[in-house]
Amino acid sequence: MQIAIHSLPVLLLGAGKTLEITALAVSIGCILGLIGGLSRLSKNRLLRFLGTCYVDFFRGTPLLVQIVIVYFGIPQVMRSFQDYLVYAYGITPFFDNIPIFVAAVISCSLNSGAYIAEIFRAGVQSIEKGQTEAARSLGMTNAQAMRYVILPQAFKRVIPPLGNEFIAMMKDTSLLSVIGFEELFRRGQLIVGATYQAFAIYLSVAFIYLVMTLSFSRLVDYLERRLKTGD
Amino acid sequence: MIKVTNLHKHFGRLEVLRGIDCRIAPQEVVVVIGPSGSGKSTFLRCLNLLEEPTAGEVVVDGVCLTDPKTNINEIRQEVGMVFQRFNLFPHKTALENITLAPLRVRRMSRAQAREVAYNLLAKVGLSDKADVYPDQLSGGQQQRVAIARALAMRPKIMLFDEPTSALDPEMVGEVLAVMKDLAREGMTMVVVTHEMGFAREVGDRVLFMDEGKILEEGAPGQIFSRPGNERLQSFLSKIL
Ligand SMILES: Nc1ncnc2c1ncn2[C@@H]1O[C@H](COP(=O)(O)OP(=O)(O)O)[C@@H](O)[C@H]1O
Ligand SMILES: [Mg+2]
Repeated sequence: MQIAIHSLPVLLLGAGKTLEITALAVSIGCILGLIGGLSRLSKNRLLRFLGTCYVDFFRGTPLLVQIVIVYFGIPQVMRSFQDYLVYAYGITPFFDNIPIFVAAVISCSLNSGAYIAEIFRAGVQSIEKGQTEAARSLGMTNAQAMRYVILPQAFKRVIPPLGNEFIAMMKDTSLLSVIGFEELFRRGQLIVGATYQAFAIYLSVAFIYLVMTLSFSRLVDYLERRLKTGD
Repeated sequence: MIKVTNLHKHFGRLEVLRGIDCRIAPQEVVVVIGPSGSGKSTFLRCLNLLEEPTAGEVVVDGVCLTDPKTNINEIRQEVGMVFQRFNLFPHKTALENITLAPLRVRRMSRAQAREVAYNLLAKVGLSDKADVYPDQLSGGQQQRVAIARALAMRPKIMLFDEPTSALDPEMVGEVLAVMKDLAREGMTMVVVTHEMGFAREVGDRVLFMDEGKILEEGAPGQIFSRPGNERLQSFLSKIL
């Protein structure tokens, strides 16, 4: 108990990192997801194919594997390429490794973007066909119909699944501990390493995650109710 | 105004329209009747290319829709459509429903679009509902807003696909009244409906469709009182 209270400030610092990386990943993921989701709905076959590849890869492989590819795999390739440039053109080496934080943002955003792409796609498809038809019959282009008629309605419907994605991502960022990113779980590991108080510390870690996920899902419920009465 | 030549439409292997020929003059009100599944909606939707014809030619206001070079969005601005299920935009107020396309497509100024919208709301008898969202309107009111929305683009032709079929009986009259006004003002209209009273009163011509073809056409009086075709006779005996 004593030890848990003593470690709390350090753990909370980690929780801050967890929230920060989650918010960044889901925000960037929303942009990627919008692009990915609309690509999958596009009439253009190439776009549709690329969108499907993106979504399938990042949903079909473990986030843990994606994280290590971004942090360990890609820099290795880049270093080999640099070696070649040094050898061939005599440039001075400048690249060593991707900063942990950057690798964390990249891997989690790409992963989140794939899930959000599916959320957006489902959201757009859940809007009745009659809405597009009404818009098109007024002379709007496909893009105008999407922007002024379909997406505003779809955005309301995707709030709950986006909230779920945020909560899932919040928990999954604990995987970033493998590359030494000091989010909540990693902080806990470090304290356990020094104090051997595995039960007390990990229980505190779990409790902090729980507080974060529960308060966030309350917030989403509230937003959802506000939006419902909004129209 | 509209010239349709040998129009065919297939959905996969299903042949829905099997050679439609028809001409509609400016200011004419044409009523399309026929059993469910006979292709009335599909025919109407080919007139603004919500469905792409498989074969044949559709010319609207001198522009050939079936020509791939035609800018279809421009033609759609001239052809308004009213749907059975209204299809109002639920996230927009009645007024915003009406102003959206004039603002974004016609690039009208906000003040001008609002003025047009208020005038149209007055015309359909809903001046007091400008700031109300569709889910707070009755079916009849929603359909009248939908008509106003289509009129805001100042179309030359209006298409109606069973505009009163989704309405409770007591609301049918208010929508038909708006349509009758339009017809009297000289709007060119193609109306799919089973409202025979409407057809008799304002229809210039009635087309009877069955199995993807126009089986009979003529003035409403002639179609209703002296139907020649056997199918038409049995159809009329069911709905009258
Ligand atoms: N998008 C579509 N895909 C496949 N079949 C369709 C589609 N739209 C209509 N149909 C079929 O075409 C036929 C005619 O439909 P429709 O034009 O709606 O008839 P009506 O309006 O006279 O009732 C029906 O058999 C219907 O099932
Ligand atoms: Mg129909």
